[in-house]
Amino acid sequence: MKTGFYPGCSMKGSAREYSESLLAVAAALGRDLPEVPDWNCCGATAAHNLDPDLALALPARILAAAEKEGMDEVLVPCAACYSRLSVTRHELLADEALRRRISGLVEADFRGSARVLNIIEWLAAIPGLEGMVKAPFARRVACYYGCLLVRPAGVVNFDRPEEPQSMDLLMKKIGAEPLDWAFKTECCGAGFSVSRTDLVAKLSGLILEDAVARGAEAVIVACPMCHLNLDMRRPNIERRAGKKYHIPVIYITQALGLAMGLPAKKLGLQRHKVAVKFPAANSAAKDI
Amino acid sequence: MARIGVFICHCGENISATVDVGKVAEAAARIPGVAHSVDYKYMCSDPGQQMVQNAIREKNLTGVVVAACSPRMHEPTFRRACAAAGLNPFLCEMANIREHCSWVHEKGDATTEKAIDIVRTLVAKVKKNKALQPIKVPVTKVAMVIGGGIAGIQASLDIANAGHRVILVEREPSIGGHMSQLSETFPTLDCSQCILTPRMVEVAQHANITLHTYSELESLEGFIGNFKARIRKKARSLDEKLCTGCGLCAQKCPTRRIASEFDAGLGLRPAIYVPFPQAVPNKPVIDREHCTYYLKGKCRLCEKVCPTQAIRFDQEDEIVEVDVGAVVLATGFDIKHSDFFPEYGYGKHKDVIDGLQFERLASASGPTLGEMRRPSDGKVPETVVFVACAGSRDPAKGIEYCSKICCMYTAKHAMLYKHKVHHGKPYVFYMDIRAGGKMYEEFVRRAMEEDGVQYVRGRVSRIFERNGKLVVKGADTLLGARPMEIEADMVVLATAGVAQAGAEELAQKLHVSYDAHKFYAEAHPKLRPVETNTAGIFLAGACQAPKDIPESVAQASGAAAKVAALFSQAELVREPLIAVVDRQAPPLYSSCVGCFLCQSACPYQAIEKEEIRGRDGQLLKTVAKVNPGLCQGCGTCVAFCRTKSIDIQGFSHEQVHAEVLALLNRGDRDA
Repeated sequence: MKTGFYPGCSMKGSAREYSESLLAVAAALGRDLPEVPDWNCCGATAAHNLDPDLALALPARILAAAEKEGMDEVLVPCAACYSRLSVTRHELLADEALRRRISGLVEADFRGSARVLNIIEWLAAIPGLEGMVKAPFARRVACYYGCLLVRPAGVVNFDRPEEPQSMDLLMKKIGAEPLDWAFKTECCGAGFSVSRTDLVAKLSGLILEDAVARGAEAVIVACPMCHLNLDMRRPNIERRAGKKYHIPVIYITQALGLAMGLPAKKLGLQRHKVAVKFPAANSAAKDI
Repeated sequence: MARIGVFICHCGENISATVDVGKVAEAAARIPGVAHSVDYKYMCSDPGQQMVQNAIREKNLTGVVVAACSPRMHEPTFRRACAAAGLNPFLCEMANIREHCSWVHEKGDATTEKAIDIVRTLVAKVKKNKALQPIKVPVTKVAMVIGGGIAGIQASLDIANAGHRVILVEREPSIGGHMSQLSETFPTLDCSQCILTPRMVEVAQHANITLHTYSELESLEGFIGNFKARIRKKARSLDEKLCTGCGLCAQKCPTRRIASEFDAGLGLRPAIYVPFPQAVPNKPVIDREHCTYYLKGKCRLCEKVCPTQAIRFDQEDEIVEVDVGAVVLATGFDIKHSDFFPEYGYGKHKDVIDGLQFERLASASGPTLGEMRRPSDGKVPETVVFVACAGSRDPAKGIEYCSKICCMYTAKHAMLYKHKVHHGKPYVFYMDIRAGGKMYEEFVRRAMEEDGVQYVRGRVSRIFERNGKLVVKGADTLLGARPMEIEADMVVLATAGVAQAGAEELAQKLHVSYDAHKFYAEAHPKLRPVETNTAGIFLAGACQAPKDIPESVAQASGAAAKVAALFSQAELVREPLIAVVDRQAPPLYSSCVGCFLCQSACPYQAIEKEEIRGRDGQLLKTVAKVNPGLCQGCGTCVAFCRTKSIDIQGFSHEQVHAEVLALLNRGDRDA
């Protein structure tokens, strides 16, 4: 079983720490994650708004390259990239004529032999993760799945679309206490981060408010876009809400790395806008 | 010399749109032995049947092939027509060029060629057909009704009133079914118990009805008119003859905190209990899973207080064997309790309940005695949200079909709530309102207009708790898909209606077919809605599909009429398409060597041993013999017979061989 790694653009830029923590965890687990050779942009939100063919062609080229390299599965940590690659694979496998046409467009033969994995699927399949825990991540956490990780249900076939549990189970494995909360799969505002920051401030603010109200000490994410909105847009959120939120937003791989005893710096925790600090276990989530 | 008539049907355009029927008729006319070949628009119509009969008489036909639809559809029609014209009905065969050809292929030469091939095989077969005589079997004029809800009650009463004996089998300790749990019924709002309980009593008192409650069907064997049923009467732990139904045992039972099935989990009952005060029979059962005596070997308090010494702790299940001629399946439905929608918090939040639980809250006999109080803290809910289609019409997460009753009962629920809590605010989230039925639309209108129920067209995305309220997040799609949040005190989910637990297992015991959702399949969706594909087994009520009370009652009466019609005959006529074992003159007597592999293969226990004896009584040979009453003509024995001594009448080796040869010799076609 050969597992490839598709970083996508954000893992090389705004979400460097996601990539750093993933690779650090993978190394500690003894897993090799070679990048898909000569990968390109997945098309993100732009492609499928502009040109349906382009929206399929870009991910098809990535998957074809992975297949050519003999990869049986491709780990796609970014939820948006994961969505684009999953949708493309789904649509091309359902329509032989389309598959041939798109393969022709990118001058590479996409066959569908490489499975697309999100970060949770990849981690959940690793046996004995509990045994690797050196310093249990004993925090009350709000697992935030966002919109793209579990949807559309018929395409990704992963977890329950409205009340997912897989991240919660992973968090339990590393000693955390996942909370039952109401905003697991609500929208953070996503790409409106740039054009309608006010909207993002509202939507992401509601997410943080519910997490904090239920006593969460950290929000766990698996998507660079969600992280950006909940973390980098924190000043906008706070201005709109008229109050301060101190709750840190951590990538799932960072939480895992901490539990495995990896140094904070190797996990890129210093790169967050909102400092990763936890209140004492029993005190309320007020100022620190 | 064979003189075969071939009649090709257009079936309107069902066949003629893809098959060149004229060409089929021409080709058929060229098949050796065919004396007559025509095509006609509707062969099954009266003029069409007349054509067949005239041809039989005028051309002195020795066999008929009707190339039309499946034999399931019209074989009886044409066989009757042939018989009326003096031709033995078993000399008539159907060539299925509709289901097997025109419906499944595109228009074209190949499709027409296939139709010709099908006709060719049946002509070859019918040449080898023999005149057969139907088999006559007696009818046991006793009906067994399975399920004692409103459908089973109605069917039992109708059959019993027609003068026939009925055995009614009910799984629960009392008859009554779901209807006994309901508060009031749409569209008239009359009390469910008030209209049901007199019927229940009538069942118990009817001289023609034998009631087996707390009983389940163990097995059913035999065939129409002649079934043998084994019924398991589960141990009530009680001598029913001694018990007077005084209720002292239930009053004194110390184990009292068991969730009541009748109250849909909202109320509590003791370990020895009658499900509800109006139960029929009014005799308790001991729930052995919860009774302290069965768990720990101590207590026996009920035994001590029983004034008639009716408690029997050592009672065992009893198997009752009965002969019945017909079966009515009326096992009803259930509602989905599970987490179709985990985001709705059913099972997580106490005040998110299902429709059946709301019925109990609204019922005068319910856990709150009809007062509208929510389960968590007993407070009167000021705002209640009703969610229609919670699972129905949702192929992604729920079931694809419409549960049919929810639009109406949700309107009723909202109305009942408003009648009990005048200042309350009821909201209904819906997809569409499906109120097809007499006075149904008017009823929903009344909920909206007179009782001020707020109908919001849109789906609910999530229900969660915030500051002691249930926040219902949804969208109003008629107001620009505006997201909306309602802070509710209680939420009622109209969860999908699904097949009863154990429906599949029961269907397999009875050999009746069922659909992908485990609802029992009717023989024809339009024309035979109360019959199953198994002769002598009929359907009534929601075991076939979700239905409301009027529909269930109507279907139950329909099933009862079918049973009464069956019982009106002195004996039944069965098709002679059964296995026969070779018999011939001495010295062989039969080619059967008596290995009896057929006997072990027969799924119907239809093969017996026959001793062939000489004049002086000495045993010459022991050979197999088929009981024509039991044989279903499945042909398994034929496949097992090593000496080819068993054949199926109407599907003999010779006939099937002729069909295969006709296909192989396609080269003759243009000769």
